[in-house]
Amino acid sequence: MRRIFVVLLVVVMVASIAAACGGGDKETPTPEAVNVEGGLPASAMEIASARGLTPDDINAALKTFVPSGKMDEYMLFLSGGHSGNVIAVGVPSMRIMKNIAVFTPESWQGYGYGSKESEEILDAGNVNGVKIRMGDTHHPALSETGGDYDGQYLFINDKSSARVAVIDLRDFETKQIVKDPLLISQHGSTFVTPNTDYVIQASQYGTPLGWDYAPISEYKEKYRGTITMWKFDREKGRIIPEESFAIEVPPYWQDLCDAGKLASDGWGFCNSFNSELATGGVEEGNPPFEAGVSQRDTDYLHIFNWKKAAEVVAAGKAETINGMQVIRIPTAVEEGVLFLAPEPKSPHGVDVTPDGKYMVVAGKLDPHVTIYAMDKIQKAIDAGKWTTDDFGIPVLNFDDVMMAQVELGLGPLHTQFDDKGNAYTSLFLDSAVARWKLGGDDPAAYQLLDKLSVQYNIGHISAAEGDTVSPDGKYLVALNKWAVDRFPSVGPLLPQNEQLLDISGNPMQVIYDMPMGVGEPHYAQMIKMDKLHPWDVYPQVGWDPVAQAPSEFATAAGEEKVVRDGNEVEVWMTAVRSHLTPEHVQIKKGDHVTWHITNIETAKDATHGFQLGGYNISLSIEPGETTTFEFDAVNDGTYAYYCTEFCSALHLEMMGYMLVEP
Amino acid sequence: MSTDMDKILGPRVPADELKEHRARYLTPTLIFAVAAILLVISMFLPYWSLTLHAPQYPQGLTVTAYVNHLEGDVGEIDGLNHYIGMRKLDEAAQFEKQVSLYGIIGVALLMLAAVFVHNWWAALLVLPALGLPVFFILDLQFWLANFGQNLDPTAPLSSSVKPFVPPALGMGKIAQFSTDAQPEIGLWLAIGASVLILIGLYFHRRAYKPLADAQKQARAENKGG
Repeated sequence: MRRIFVVLLVVVMVASIAAACGGGDKETPTPEAVNVEGGLPASAMEIASARGLTPDDINAALKTFVPSGKMDEYMLFLSGGHSGNVIAVGVPSMRIMKNIAVFTPESWQGYGYGSKESEEILDAGNVNGVKIRMGDTHHPALSETGGDYDGQYLFINDKSSARVAVIDLRDFETKQIVKDPLLISQHGSTFVTPNTDYVIQASQYGTPLGWDYAPISEYKEKYRGTITMWKFDREKGRIIPEESFAIEVPPYWQDLCDAGKLASDGWGFCNSFNSELATGGVEEGNPPFEAGVSQRDTDYLHIFNWKKAAEVVAAGKAETINGMQVIRIPTAVEEGVLFLAPEPKSPHGVDVTPDGKYMVVAGKLDPHVTIYAMDKIQKAIDAGKWTTDDFGIPVLNFDDVMMAQVELGLGPLHTQFDDKGNAYTSLFLDSAVARWKLGGDDPAAYQLLDKLSVQYNIGHISAAEGDTVSPDGKYLVALNKWAVDRFPSVGPLLPQNEQLLDISGNPMQVIYDMPMGVGEPHYAQMIKMDKLHPWDVYPQVGWDPVAQAPSEFATAAGEEKVVRDGNEVEVWMTAVRSHLTPEHVQIKKGDHVTWHITNIETAKDATHGFQLGGYNISLSIEPGETTTFEFDAVNDGTYAYYCTEFCSALHLEMMGYMLVEP
Repeated sequence: MSTDMDKILGPRVPADELKEHRARYLTPTLIFAVAAILLVISMFLPYWSLTLHAPQYPQGLTVTAYVNHLEGDVGEIDGLNHYIGMRKLDEAAQFEKQVSLYGIIGVALLMLAAVFVHNWWAALLVLPALGLPVFFILDLQFWLANFGQNLDPTAPLSSSVKPFVPPALGMGKIAQFSTDAQPEIGLWLAIGASVLILIGLYFHRRAYKPLADAQKQARAENKGG
């Protein structure tokens, strides 16, 4: 009898499943991928032939084409240079995914055009009351955990006003700008310590600290630089200026830096190129800067122990200048925080190898890369064997700390690494990328392997996770400064040429030329796409994207209102396909208007824009976001506001009138 | 007293007979019990789903109906429906959703009561459980028709989308959306329960009909004697 039940139940289940599965099978068949035996279709060869493609071209095309609906393998974050932004690009397709506004207003994202949140972020970067609405972004840095990218945050510096910004990779938006109170220019930034405890920033053009006035004749006495350690709070997603500190350094014009890791954890390294202390003044008969700073055969690699520096600050041995805690040079020397080592003249990049044992200094005006070993540096420091510079800072003996030199070619600038024990260095003057072998503790094992020409004037390079403890190899992007003949003419201001290189094989191959027409990238970081987990929509309707928390100004459907208090008017508006509520906002000339808009959508991509013509307001309100803008109704009249992001079939109808009575 | 009870509930099974043919009397009881369990489980599972397909929604938009609530992309579907003037989905079948849990438990209890009723009244007790899936589909179709037919005439797309009746099961088409309505596991369990009930009724009849017939015959003989 029991068997009957079992049989019955099975019959019922099977019948149910069969019925559930039947019916709706009318999907179009998925085209099948080609296989090696079958080869490419004849039509593909006809296309290749008609377009005059070489076998290399075909390989390059096949390696970089990402079919519709398929995703790129990596995300490349490029600085935008003096456009003041960051550009996110997919690799290998080299398609721009997003142009992230950072230091410069950008109206598509509603950044810096009225939205209170973005205006406050930008205003935090103002300099002594002067509104700064531009920047010169140079070196992006992805946040790291254990020396590897964790995909949470991106940092970017502004060279021209010495500022650092934080971008939250949950929504790819800028959350904070901090202004260095001691510097007016910096360059060696951003570089993060292995767990993103600090963001390193080195000054560039020396000035008196706080850029106070001092005649150039007092350069040596009064002008200084700093290495600033910006404290980052990962939970808050913010740099904490009060917990940050700076190490005073001579006005040697510090250049690029890198954080030590693993074997060199706790240390940091920065190059410099004006140990001559040249002060220019070509119009007064002095050597011009370009010659003056290039006189000596060596400059100084700055070696600093940031962990010890943090202890020195905690011990109260720092001096507070303009609100920043500063370890003055004598303290830094006394506490063993700062050392120098000679390096071939005017180098650019100093890059720590994935194991943290070696620092690669690229010569720029010297055809070599010079490799320093951390254990040699440590031994030299322990031995106390050094001379001092004019500022009393220990200068380690070059031969004591140098491991090897490799002649690569002309103009070595910057180095990245792969997963096979190779290093890659850009050669600016040669317009080439050099691949060379790391030799560990055997100086003879360091060897140049091969070089590949790129087009043209290569600056930095960015390999897949190529500055982490575990580089991926595979791809490398050459950030070429000049395109010359690579793209159709767009007038005298040409795009840059970001070239994608396949470095997995031998020889290396250029597989894509990407015209960069929205900025001038200096450096980039390339992260595996699966490490990024951005939100599709904000977690909750009525979200404040700066606080990353529910907004106190969230407005639900049906609760829209206009509230007047004297000449203060507050508007609580919602946006949803396809209406803005309220559709009439009646105010008077002279009113001060505070206007909140909540996008109550929860669907992916259902963004609404908002522009108020005549009042310079442009917002982007992403699904769930609440934003606020304020203005004084200085002019009366009849104004139209409307949704600027084409959201629906009735998008054009998504508008309203602001009526300003005289 | 016992005679009156017997008239309503049917004959009791003599102890000897029960010992001898235990399986015969246990079978309908077990089948009804399993059917009742299936119904109770089904209350926590989706009964029905409607998926809307359109080019701009590659994953589709799905609303899933449980006996007492809706889940899925309800907000987005409501948002789209406002263009054609359809009411919010949560306004549908409010009474049914409120009483559904008690209702199904009641229906299951009635069915279990049938175990103690050994005549044709048993069939009446299991009838609500038997008809539950049909009732669900009919009620669903009623609400779909009610919603599709009562569109706000002032809605933006009222001139291009005329009142319609979406099918409760199978494919439909409304504006750029193709709709696909499917029964879900909860409804299949309820259907499974109905099948079991039919089988149970067969075994119920096989077990108790002879007893009832014997009783009838005995009564007739008593009257005659």
